[in-house]
Amino acid sequence: MNQTAYLEISQVSIEFPTPTGPFVALDGVDLKIAKGEFVSLIGHSGCGKSTVLNIVAGLYQATHGGVILEGREVTEPGPERAVVFQNHSLLPWLTAYENVELAVKQVFKGKKSKSEMREWIEHNMKLVHMDHAMHKRPDEISGGMKQRVGIARALAMQPKVMLMDEPFGALDALTRAHLQDSLMEIQADLQNTVIMITHDVDEAVLLSDRIVMMTNGPAATVGEILTIDLPRPRDRLVLADNPTYNHYRHEVLKFLYEKQRKVAH
Amino acid sequence: MSTGKFALDGALFRKMAKAIGLPVVGIAVFLVLWAVVADHIHTSLGTFPGPEAVAVQSENLYQDYQQAQEKKAQFYQMQEERNAKLLAQNPNYKAVIYPYTGQPTFVSQIGTSLVTVLSGFILASLIAIPLGIAIGLSAGLHAAVNPIIQILRPVSPLAWLPLVTIVVSAVYVSNDPMFSKSYLVSMITVLLCCLWPTIINTAVGVAAISQDLTNVSRVLRLNWWTHVRKIVVPSALPMMFTGLRLSLSIAWMVLIAAEMLAQNPGLGKFVWDEFQNGSSDSLSRIMVAVIVIGLIGFMLDRTMLLLQRWISWDKKSVLR
Repeated sequence: MNQTAYLEISQVSIEFPTPTGPFVALDGVDLKIAKGEFVSLIGHSGCGKSTVLNIVAGLYQATHGGVILEGREVTEPGPERAVVFQNHSLLPWLTAYENVELAVKQVFKGKKSKSEMREWIEHNMKLVHMDHAMHKRPDEISGGMKQRVGIARALAMQPKVMLMDEPFGALDALTRAHLQDSLMEIQADLQNTVIMITHDVDEAVLLSDRIVMMTNGPAATVGEILTIDLPRPRDRLVLADNPTYNHYRHEVLKFLYEKQRKVAH
Repeated sequence: MSTGKFALDGALFRKMAKAIGLPVVGIAVFLVLWAVVADHIHTSLGTFPGPEAVAVQSENLYQDYQQAQEKKAQFYQMQEERNAKLLAQNPNYKAVIYPYTGQPTFVSQIGTSLVTVLSGFILASLIAIPLGIAIGLSAGLHAAVNPIIQILRPVSPLAWLPLVTIVVSAVYVSNDPMFSKSYLVSMITVLLCCLWPTIINTAVGVAAISQDLTNVSRVLRLNWWTHVRKIVVPSALPMMFTGLRLSLSIAWMVLIAAEMLAQNPGLGKFVWDEFQNGSSDSLSRIMVAVIVIGLIGFMLDRTMLLLQRWISWDKKSVLR
């Protein structure tokens, strides 16, 4: 790969101690990501996709190897690697606005004035189409809306890379489609660097520039990488009949269900 | 239409009857049982008081209180009149008002008990909540402190009391004491006994914070203080209140025993004095105190519940 690495995951392995000796979850994960690239990690559940994301986030420490972002090694979590968590992880006692505000205050303390912060929060709420329900608490809004707020919180940190851990996994199909469209819209605007974990083949093909397919654990690693060369903006309805799109889909399915067939247990 | 409305009224009526009627029936049955059983208990101070005797005594206690109030008012009025007169004779006269020093009444004893229990409880909470948070956040501190908590927790107030009494007498020496020793001894005993549930429950609540929220905090790089304020305290609040309510009910129970022995002029001393007094009315007067102690305990718990509802972010959660 001759692209300049903005984010480099270099020979990452991680072991977790267990009573019966160390469990090797990841072994030699190698991945270079360019600035503005949207990369999906796909694989069967338990293959360590989330572990990769957590290492990039700094929430876990790799046993061997490491992560380099813009020439600096990642050693701890930080807002420049914002995470969109699978189950939204909003603070239930704060409103949507206050949840984003907590992040904004943390990142832009001393850099933005109070009114600039407010504008910035409202701007990000508009991006995710949540400006109408900003002042509601998480238990007063739907699952899809909570996830939108989660994305707004991550975007508002103006991260170098946005890490999304199965962001739409817990949503129904229609809501998921809406959120995917919103995310593509935002991506077209902001050109963020994104790593997204998913187990949804359509989602991966629709959203990604590249799909990283992971082998099954233990000692999971990068199996194949598929570059999705489809023009943007992408429209799910148009793509449904597109042979290239279906070819990509087929490639991923083949990897998941032929080469890395999950043994039932 | 009319039958529909009637059916609705019927449902409402049944609901009301359940909400109000059943407790009333329960209390009535209890009163009858009490009256019957009391009649068969003969003591050195006469028959055990039934509901009627207790009602009479509570009326008496209230009248005593009103008379004392009148006396007190008269006492101060007399002083003022005398001062006015002396001032008229001699403009340089410095007026002095002497405090009224009558016997404490039942009502003033309730007041003393409430002040004592609340000051002990609040002081205990001020120690227990931060300590609980610290223990909940640090597994190391938990391991270090837990054995001590588990050993001190079950100690009876009656074991603490002599120690507290001696220590207070030795340490709190003052020519012009702001607090009476009996108050301090009762208050500190209450404090020592009601620390534990708040510490333990706060620690459990803090330790049970969801990993996701902790991760949010780490990604945002919240500093320790913001982390505690924005994430730890709100998420541990329900458990904290469970602890506070347990602590307050223990505090109230301990207080009565402490006041008996420390001679703090509250409800505990009232019960003790009546017991020592041994008149034919004593048992019914103690029964009045028992009922009042129960009612106040109930009221204190409800107050904590209201406070929890007021502070809690989760207005939907069922609190009982």
